[in-house]
Amino acid sequence: METLNEWAFVGVFFAIAWVFPALPIIGAWLVRPKKPNALKKQTYESGVETVGDTWVQFRVQYYIYGLVFLIFDVEMIFLFPWAVAYERLDWFAYGAGFLFIFLLTDALIYAWRKRALEWV
Amino acid sequence: MTSCVDFINTLSPCLVRAGWNADLANLLSLLLGVVIVATVPLLTVILLIWIERKFAARIQDRIGPNRVGPYGLLQSLADALKMLTKEDITPSGADRILFNLAPIITFATVVLIWAIVPFTPLHIGADLSIGILYFVAVGSIGAVKVMIGGWSSNNKYALLGAFRTIALIVSYEVPMILALLVPVLMAGSMGMQDLTRAQGGMWFIVMSPLAAIIFFVANLAETGRSPFDLLEAESELIAGYNIEYSGFKFGMFMAGEFMHVFTVAVLTAVLFLGGWWGPFVDQVPALGFIWLGLKTAVVYLFMLLIRNTVPRFRIDQVMNINWKFMVPLSIVLILLQSFLLRLIDALGLRPAPELANDLLANLPQTLVLLAGNLVLGAIFMHLLQRHGRTLREADEALAVVKGEAAPAGGMAEA
Amino acid sequence: MIELNAQTIAFAILSVLVLGGGLGVVTTRNLVHGALWLVLSLLGVAGYFVLLSAPFLAAVQVLVYIGAIAILIVFAVMLTRSMTSLGEVRNRQWWLSAITVILLFLLLAVGIILPVWGRGAPGEVTSLSATVGGAVELGEALVAGDGFVLPFEVASILLTAAMIGAIVVARDEEDEGA
Repeated sequence: METLNEWAFVGVFFAIAWVFPALPIIGAWLVRPKKPNALKKQTYESGVETVGDTWVQFRVQYYIYGLVFLIFDVEMIFLFPWAVAYERLDWFAYGAGFLFIFLLTDALIYAWRKRALEWV
Repeated sequence: MTSCVDFINTLSPCLVRAGWNADLANLLSLLLGVVIVATVPLLTVILLIWIERKFAARIQDRIGPNRVGPYGLLQSLADALKMLTKEDITPSGADRILFNLAPIITFATVVLIWAIVPFTPLHIGADLSIGILYFVAVGSIGAVKVMIGGWSSNNKYALLGAFRTIALIVSYEVPMILALLVPVLMAGSMGMQDLTRAQGGMWFIVMSPLAAIIFFVANLAETGRSPFDLLEAESELIAGYNIEYSGFKFGMFMAGEFMHVFTVAVLTAVLFLGGWWGPFVDQVPALGFIWLGLKTAVVYLFMLLIRNTVPRFRIDQVMNINWKFMVPLSIVLILLQSFLLRLIDALGLRPAPELANDLLANLPQTLVLLAGNLVLGAIFMHLLQRHGRTLREADEALAVVKGEAAPAGGMAEA
Repeated sequence: MIELNAQTIAFAILSVLVLGGGLGVVTTRNLVHGALWLVLSLLGVAGYFVLLSAPFLAAVQVLVYIGAIAILIVFAVMLTRSMTSLGEVRNRQWWLSAITVILLFLLLAVGIILPVWGRGAPGEVTSLSATVGGAVELGEALVAGDGFVLPFEVASILLTAAMIGAIVVARDEEDEGA
């Protein structure tokens, strides 16, 4: 079913997919007017002149979401082989999968109880 | 020997027979395949923009585009021409290379998903054994492109918008991937053609409506469409991570969004509505393209309906819906679905392999799975309802404390 | 001699991606640029996995490393103030890190080369079986009683512990009582 040729298709696709959006942008660059001035190039922040560095410090909540996502990501990766092979497996496999998911549900419940999922 | 009639799949052997170098012939056929696969969404999106605008107009009791071409059909082309000639402003302090790269990546990553869309039983870009994971993996690059766009603009609003967008995309990826496990469980494969073929007897939306709904809603959020369009909440963040973009680069973000929505509709049709399955598809495989198109259209119009009628959520609501409703629901759903599948095996309700595409043979296992899904859905909706009531009562109690009559109570006294 | 075919060409292109990305990571002074170079490099590694006929691992590579870890790195960068442009690249401990890196490189190189040293010419290297990295075999092995079911469950515990640890570390102390 799957050969390296299928992946060669993906490789070629990756190599030329960026051409489709790049062409019109380059085309626009050729024909569009170019008259920039300092006022035009100002950062657009509701008409108010921008204050200070753009690099504002972000809240830790973003990082927590990222961490929780990472953990779930790895969990789900483990579950895909399990799901693919599931047809050929038995009740023991169901138990193993159940335990795996159950343990991670604990992690979700912990995060919930500790209000780590709250957007504050 | 393969015939040369079906030229898309057999171009390379035909060229070799005509005396070509095998590698060169292969490369040429790959290139042709890529161009064909990529052109389908590119051409469709031009039409889709018109459909979307007409649809939104009708809902809002307007006429919509009707000046350029018959029924305004050429409006998108006129818009593209207009955008070509618009001045393109790169804000001072922007990271020029990344600023130009972001719209390209945005569009390219959506086009790339089409490599694994099975158009007909015979035609698919690349029938990868991990097809569905390819979709998830390419989709996860989406967060990177938002980050590039938001960061390179040197604008606080763009950066804030980018961070919210990434938090949302990343969060909703969890229930989306968990929902995808359900079709994989039922088909026993991650290949897109295998997943479609497994729906010969019964569509997966009937066998697991909850998975279909979770996948659909999570993808609505991923595309950033209403009710999850707080990424471009005009009143809060002005426009989100692409605020500084103008001209055709902005157009690329827009086109990328339209195409993303369309791609999601196609994948929903493939994964849950039977893909290319339809009458006479066994005799004429090319018909599959039409069936898939029809199913996609249904999903797409449904998405438009939601976009145009549902108000926007708040960011904390969006996060709560995801982590406290959709993720637990999808986890329980996988446990339930895998249990039911084991049970069906034990009871011998699974149709014999030669009857896999027979509707009647599939009925017993479908009924078991459907019943399980409905019960689970009812339980979760009940929990949600109860939670909603507690919230409302808390609100009313608060209003009483503040000295205002609660709306319901006030009405009763009057 | 190394045969010039599609696979070797692909390998060469991917190597350029991986090494170029790696070079970008260590030379740029901008942390966000560094993260993006890392993404490029990791993408190339995913391509290696495909060439080794382990597509599942390639998907894992993109999904976990690009989709999650690269994002996490950028979030971490954002949490720390004014880290975009580091003015000073060298400090007084540069020689320490240089020695560490060289030793690590030698260790890895020896570890990789030693097992295959002198085992036939490059052309004779036995190809991997078609099922290596296949998701079905992996799934069966993960939950088989005589396979890897214990590591599978331990992985789950590890992930749970990681989540708890992450929350404990990253959360503010002030709302402890809530």
